[in-house]
Amino acid sequence: MLKIFFSFFKIGLFTFGGGYAMIPLIHFYAVDKYKWIGEQEFIDVIAIAESTPGPIAINSATYIGYKTNGVKGSIAASIGVVLPSLMIIILISMFLMQFYNNEWVEYAFLGIRVGVSVLILNAAIRIFKKVEKNKLTYLLAIFGFFMAFFNVIPIVIIILIGGIVGVITNVLIHKKEVD
Amino acid sequence: MFAILFKLFYTFFYIGVFTFGGGYAMIPLITEEVTRYGWVSSTEMLIDFIAISESTPGPFAVNIATFIGYEQAGILGAIVATFGVVLPSFFIILFIAKLFTRFATNKYVTGILKGIRPVVPGVILSVAIIFILRSVFLVEEFQFENFTLQISTIVIFLIVYLLSRFWKKAHPIYLVLISAVLGIIFFGVI
Repeated sequence: MLKIFFSFFKIGLFTFGGGYAMIPLIHFYAVDKYKWIGEQEFIDVIAIAESTPGPIAINSATYIGYKTNGVKGSIAASIGVVLPSLMIIILISMFLMQFYNNEWVEYAFLGIRVGVSVLILNAAIRIFKKVEKNKLTYLLAIFGFFMAFFNVIPIVIIILIGGIVGVITNVLIHKKEVD
Repeated sequence: MFAILFKLFYTFFYIGVFTFGGGYAMIPLITEEVTRYGWVSSTEMLIDFIAISESTPGPFAVNIATFIGYEQAGILGAIVATFGVVLPSFFIILFIAKLFTRFATNKYVTGILKGIRPVVPGVILSVAIIFILRSVFLVEEFQFENFTLQISTIVIFLIVYLLSRFWKKAHPIYLVLISAVLGIIFFGVI
């Protein structure tokens, strides 16, 4: 139990930049070092983590924790992976406001905001590259962009519409193949 | 106090339920919710929180939830928001691990994902463009008459963008640091 907690604590502490950066470290602890799960199951875990809502880190921590030690294990792993972030961000928040109005910090943030916009732009492009390309997916991407950009409907509704269109087309295509 | 804690919890719970595909996918929904409730004083501040969340260890979703929770209601707020964003994942995965191991190959699940996957980058792109309009062209909340051609931010944008194209494996933290240095040079030194 403690091993699970501390492994995920270390995973949370040493990965910068979110879920995907965590995958190699999770592999190291869960497959190589402690053999909690096998290679094939690890691939399944990532597939499940990607196909369920929520942060990939939490999803894989919960799954691996459960497989090793049941519900207790999943709680230990999830708390472990979350705790470093929680402590670090609370610390930063406590001190940030003291620096926030400093002239030089303001200059730095003027640059940083531009940098973050570039990061998000690149993320959009990178994520789109991984999507299977056909007329429907282009249409859905354009639909998502315009609905969100002009604030036509809430983002959750946009995502739900995507899901519904996906199910309908997928199940219909499946049926056609069977026929 | 209880009211704001409850609101933080369910808002981040809701964000946790509807985020597919990792941290960046969460940014549009967070922007929408946080702006709606006025949880940050400006979009600029939200972008700063996103920058810090990208440059500190741990899952992005947890970092940004902690930030906004702390900003609104101190340490308790940070814990409640984080708990909220984590809980949906926790229950869904527990359910799958227990009962539904073939989840990822189920035809309805793959169908839903096939539809959601292309929508997500479209929505992220809209946020990217809104952030670029604000941070590069200093556009205030869709009042395009305030469009400013500020050479310094445009130059910073071009430098960071080209850098990110050529240095593809660059970790976000380096790009954030380089942008900070460029900000200091262009606004403080020059």
